[in-house]
Amino acid sequence: MPKRLDIQSVLVIGAGPIVIGQACEFDYSGVQACKALREEGYRVILVNSNPATIMTDPEFADATYIEPITWETVAQIIEKERPDVLLPTMGGQTGLNCSLDLVRHGVLEKFGVEMIGATRDAIDKAEDRDRFRVAMKAIGLDVAKGDLAHSMDDAMTVLEQIGFPAIIRPSFTLGGSGGGIAYNAEEYQAICARGLDASPTSELLIEESIVGWKEYEMEVVRDSRDNCIIICSIENFDAMGVHTGDSITVAPALTLSDKEYQLMRNASIAVLREIGVDTGGSNVQFAIDPATGRMIVIEMNPRVSRSSALASKATGFPIAKIAAKLAVGYTLDELDNDITGGATPASFEPSIDYVVTKIPRFDFEKFPQADSTLTTQMKSVGEVMAIGRTFKESFQKALRSLEIGSFGLDPIWDEQEDQAGIHDMASYLRVPGARRAWFIGDAFRQGFSLEEVQKLTGIDPWFLAQIEELIQTEKRIENLSLEDIDQEMFRAFKRDGFSDVRLAALLNVGEIELRSKRHELGVRPVYKRVDSCAGEFETPTAYLYSSYEIECEALPEQSSKIIVLGGGPNRIGQGIEFDYCCVHASLALQADSYQTIMVNCNPETVSTDYDTSDRLYFEPLTLEDVLEICAVEMPTGVIVQYGGQTPLKLSRGLEAAGVPILGTSPDSIHQAEDREHFQNLIESLGLLQPPNRTASTEQQALERAEEIGYPLVVRPSYVLGGRAMEIVHGKEELERYLRDAFRVSNESPILLDRFLNDAVEVDVDAVCDGTDVVIGGIMEHIEEAGVHSGDSACVLPPFALSDETQQELTRQTREMALALNVNGLMNVQFAVKGEEIYVLEVNPRASRTVPFVSKATTRPLAKIGARVMAGQSLSQQGVHGEIRPSYYSVKEAVFPFIKFPGVDPILGPEMKSTGEVMGIGMTFGEAYRKAQLAAGTLIPASGKALISVRTPDQVAVVDIARYLSENGFDLEATEGTAMALEQAGLRASVVNKVSEGRPHVVDSIKNGEYDLIVNTTATRHSRLDSETIRQQALTHKVAYFTTLAGARAACEAHQAGDNPSINRLQSLHQTVEL
Amino acid sequence: MIPAILVLEDGTVFRGQSIGALAETVGEVVFNTSMTGYQEIVSDPSYAQQIVTLTCPHVGNVGANDEDIEAKHAFACGLVVRDLPNLLSNFRATEPLTDYLTRQGVVGISDIDTRKLTRLLRQKGAQNGCIQAGKIDEVRALSVAREFAGLKGMDLAKTVTTKTSYQWNQGSWQLGKSFQQTPQQKFRVVAYDFGVKRNILRLLADRGCAVEVVPAETSAVDVLSRNPDGIFLSNGPGDPEPCTYAVEAIREILSRKIPTFGICLGHQLLALAAGGRTLKMKFGHHGANHPVVDLSTSRVMITSQNHGFAVDPDSLPENVSVTHRSLFDDSIQGISLNDSPAFSFQGHPEASPGPQDITGLFDQFVGLMDKGNRNA
Repeated sequence: MPKRLDIQSVLVIGAGPIVIGQACEFDYSGVQACKALREEGYRVILVNSNPATIMTDPEFADATYIEPITWETVAQIIEKERPDVLLPTMGGQTGLNCSLDLVRHGVLEKFGVEMIGATRDAIDKAEDRDRFRVAMKAIGLDVAKGDLAHSMDDAMTVLEQIGFPAIIRPSFTLGGSGGGIAYNAEEYQAICARGLDASPTSELLIEESIVGWKEYEMEVVRDSRDNCIIICSIENFDAMGVHTGDSITVAPALTLSDKEYQLMRNASIAVLREIGVDTGGSNVQFAIDPATGRMIVIEMNPRVSRSSALASKATGFPIAKIAAKLAVGYTLDELDNDITGGATPASFEPSIDYVVTKIPRFDFEKFPQADSTLTTQMKSVGEVMAIGRTFKESFQKALRSLEIGSFGLDPIWDEQEDQAGIHDMASYLRVPGARRAWFIGDAFRQGFSLEEVQKLTGIDPWFLAQIEELIQTEKRIENLSLEDIDQEMFRAFKRDGFSDVRLAALLNVGEIELRSKRHELGVRPVYKRVDSCAGEFETPTAYLYSSYEIECEALPEQSSKIIVLGGGPNRIGQGIEFDYCCVHASLALQADSYQTIMVNCNPETVSTDYDTSDRLYFEPLTLEDVLEICAVEMPTGVIVQYGGQTPLKLSRGLEAAGVPILGTSPDSIHQAEDREHFQNLIESLGLLQPPNRTASTEQQALERAEEIGYPLVVRPSYVLGGRAMEIVHGKEELERYLRDAFRVSNESPILLDRFLNDAVEVDVDAVCDGTDVVIGGIMEHIEEAGVHSGDSACVLPPFALSDETQQELTRQTREMALALNVNGLMNVQFAVKGEEIYVLEVNPRASRTVPFVSKATTRPLAKIGARVMAGQSLSQQGVHGEIRPSYYSVKEAVFPFIKFPGVDPILGPEMKSTGEVMGIGMTFGEAYRKAQLAAGTLIPASGKALISVRTPDQVAVVDIARYLSENGFDLEATEGTAMALEQAGLRASVVNKVSEGRPHVVDSIKNGEYDLIVNTTATRHSRLDSETIRQQALTHKVAYFTTLAGARAACEAHQAGDNPSINRLQSLHQTVEL
Repeated sequence: MIPAILVLEDGTVFRGQSIGALAETVGEVVFNTSMTGYQEIVSDPSYAQQIVTLTCPHVGNVGANDEDIEAKHAFACGLVVRDLPNLLSNFRATEPLTDYLTRQGVVGISDIDTRKLTRLLRQKGAQNGCIQAGKIDEVRALSVAREFAGLKGMDLAKTVTTKTSYQWNQGSWQLGKSFQQTPQQKFRVVAYDFGVKRNILRLLADRGCAVEVVPAETSAVDVLSRNPDGIFLSNGPGDPEPCTYAVEAIREILSRKIPTFGICLGHQLLALAAGGRTLKMKFGHHGANHPVVDLSTSRVMITSQNHGFAVDPDSLPENVSVTHRSLFDDSIQGISLNDSPAFSFQGHPEASPGPQDITGLFDQFVGLMDKGNRNA
């Protein structure tokens, strides 16, 4: 059937901010969907609150709404835009939930909007555990024993039927959040309580444990003619019990015979038919008992998912794109399989002749109080994928792609720690954690047998044997010296995926020495193509991966070509924003007739869509891997400034190897990063920096702290991402910090900076071509200095900075850009305290705020910067002057605290947010309100406000309290705050602090008495005291603010009223004057 | 590690390791893109005198067992893989694949760039090749490969077929229950064995067929004397055109209007009997992901395929309708006769290995027999 002609416009709902369980794979899917629908001539209306996405670029839809994804907001958009149909399956769980809300509230019916891709009933049947179980039984498929519970009483009844261990999954939550495995009654009650709260329908599915079974996923696509195809089978390395998002997974499935595979294939298709997914992609998950082959259906997602993104990258079959086209009426046989250049239709099943390994990336370092055991609740923040011709090669490439300082199965087991009885090897194997793969390697080193490791981990022996063989090979290598290794041996090692760094470590030589020897022996990788058909058809698509084989299919072309190095796995501090920049660089340079070549290893991203750049190398971003690509491609230039720290770290090595780096030189980058160099630069320009010192002993630190005065920002040097950064207010705190810091930083020096109390932080993004500097945007932070810039809300244009200050910020930015010879993008962080402007940091590279600035101002900074790097000056591009829109844009950070019970949800100098949202309004208050709503915080209209602030804030909080009290809020406060309010003539009831006896403040929060909480705290001691307040506020979804600035902004937001406008981005952009 | 080489008639040499019998083998080198079912493939009689290259990166992961075989012994004369892991893992496995190959006399080679080989076969077409395992003599291997006559014009059905006829009543495999006892038998089916796969017989048995398997050269008279409700023409190796005995027999059967169903070689033989011609394909269809469209319903089914010859689309007489086509290359995948209750399919509806989307063809055959019985 050809496409539908009875519809003209399609509403697509995005997934909103990046959170654990829902990351940039939905930007990838959404971009594909938008492109596919527009290609067919449909008018696309898009809603997504996440400004860092490619899909919210104004050219990807006809009407783009960067608005909160709530049914009320989307209803307003529907009323205004009157789409014919809604495609609910591209925006993850957020998109599905919002679509279901629109149905429930009669919005779709009212405006005659048809839902395509998945019906309400299909979504409901897949999501409602009870209906799902009934459906599976109806088609003769096995499901785990268990039942639903809607209360603790229910839960106890279910427990009697199934016993321990029990798996608890709350309904309708992201990444299975709030769930877990309980082995005893205490755990069971705790997890059930958390789950009931997390589930919007207060519903739990409690099931018999099938921990230790094998876990599989099938990616299925179905069209309106009931043609069904399996795109990819995925096998989990980790056994059941670890969320599939946290598991190492491989494709294709490796330990199934054809008979078992076909059972699963037939079951997957039967599931889609029974659930009623009429068109599009779905993911079906299975568990298999390794002893008997008994197969159980775990769940299905009637939408594109993280796994479908992985499957698309793993096979070269673009699931989201095809799903979008099927939703508007096409059938599979009418669509081309693009990767073969249309030689074959989309109605086939990809066959792959390589192994794909996905390994999740965790950031537990950021949340030391979090439980780092992997369970059924997803905890990873990103992932990498690697392609190799064998599991060993693919697995080892994935390990080094993670960028956690590991280039293979490096030993990590600490024997001394073990002997101290803290953790024995067995417990590392038994309890799944972020580093279990490495412990498995160590276990084999320590002489554990495969059977023992299998018993402890539950991992299929097939995978364990592969790892055991790698360790045996490592042992062989250790007994060799570099001279002993001939070409055949070297090739054999490289064929097993060993990195140069790992081989060098095993042979006790330097990486460069090892690489020269390898090159001398002529052992070089070749590049194979991902073609979806295992070589059966010719492919014109250059989607490549390295392998140590014979035939190379790279076939580099003679042209001006630019390599863009991507950002690797998402992690806190380096996420989708950098992928956005890389994609923009590629698009801009492609438009300028360069051949663009992307290198990246993150399967979630738009950059790793083979359709984005002319060529894609799906490879680890290590020096070795990038150099080999450069050797084959011989690029005109390489861009290292767009992928965050990942490619930046490679710049010197690349330069040393003679690779042409575009834009700002690695030397200049280094100058900005090196403390001493930077200090000299600032001084020579006559600018200010907070007083600072470096200290290498505890005594020295204490002395130098006195020289510059408290409070201080302290951090160990050479630790990335603001880790272990803290603000200390006096000697005692510094002493305590030093003891801890020196433990983490391994005796590297410690950095001390004077902390600027009550200063306003400002971010400036600019682009410089060596002659001209153009300001992209000045962003005023809402939260005061001391909160990591990535975690602070910010507003563009600034709402409180004077014009003079802004001019001065512009001037200083210009001076620094020129002095550093910046060629491309630059970001400066300032602190403004009274009249004084301090430079905190300069980064001559793409920053996290680039996409936000571009959306807020219309100016595509990343594209402009890329063109500058390629040699086109700003004036040649016609870019000049600063754009100051008439509307306000607020960026707000989104945090993963809800996934990490026990972690204090307080903001500080260490970045903790995973994503961001944007709110646009005609006033600051309106924009802030929308940003809060998009981030999940609804500012209440009235009610009871709890105010409990640190002593220094007790004067400043008065204005906030007065506003609240005059605008519909009753005040309640802890004693000190209440006294201060009383002195200012405000009446507040007094509530006990936790330490003052019951009933206390936490009881009141639990009882749902507060609608809004303002809670600031200074010292570490009082922070621990108030931690429960914040945790409980978070758990009970009370709007809470941990900074006065945030609370003040909330008052402005309150004032803006609860009837915000909705704005079409394209129309807003037309109002912007250059 | 024992060395092995694969030498193609064009002179290309691949050096790897032996994974099976230590011997020399020669045959037509083809590639198969199925990601599962290596044991079924190796034991499929249609692969007689062929060296099969599996594009799947690891082969042997689930070992070998007695259930996943499609004939009484292995038929492929060589196996080429990228990697055969040292350890297998599957609850049904009874021995490593290497042991099975060695026991069955299949010569195998691993650790070669199978993607390079696949691309070469795609570009140049199927090549004759020689694998030597253990004792290596490259010069000899090349001349052996070059001396191999090739499959064109070769009647292999005659050599792989059963010597004597036998009854079959075992049904399909089920998880935890192995092979099923068959239900009440309603139809008498005579199955010509040109190299039949067991799963075809099992699917017939599942549907109430009492199957009698007869040798390829059994005459029509002999078959008809068994008073069958239906005739089945099996898959098999080699070129259909030299199988004149079969073509003659089928012609006679068609004239009696007895329900007839052919698969693969059986399909080609049916086309020949109806007056069509067949031709040798460049590198054939070997895989488990081939889309085939049913022209009457426009439904697309993913099918298992294994053939190097095909029915010439320009040769079909008027009494033959094309029912299925490949969406990969538009080649004929199914035909039916207008003047006789006979139809056939080029791919493998019995799967094993591969998707089971098109097992409905067996029901269609049973439907014809049912109708025939009712009319009788």
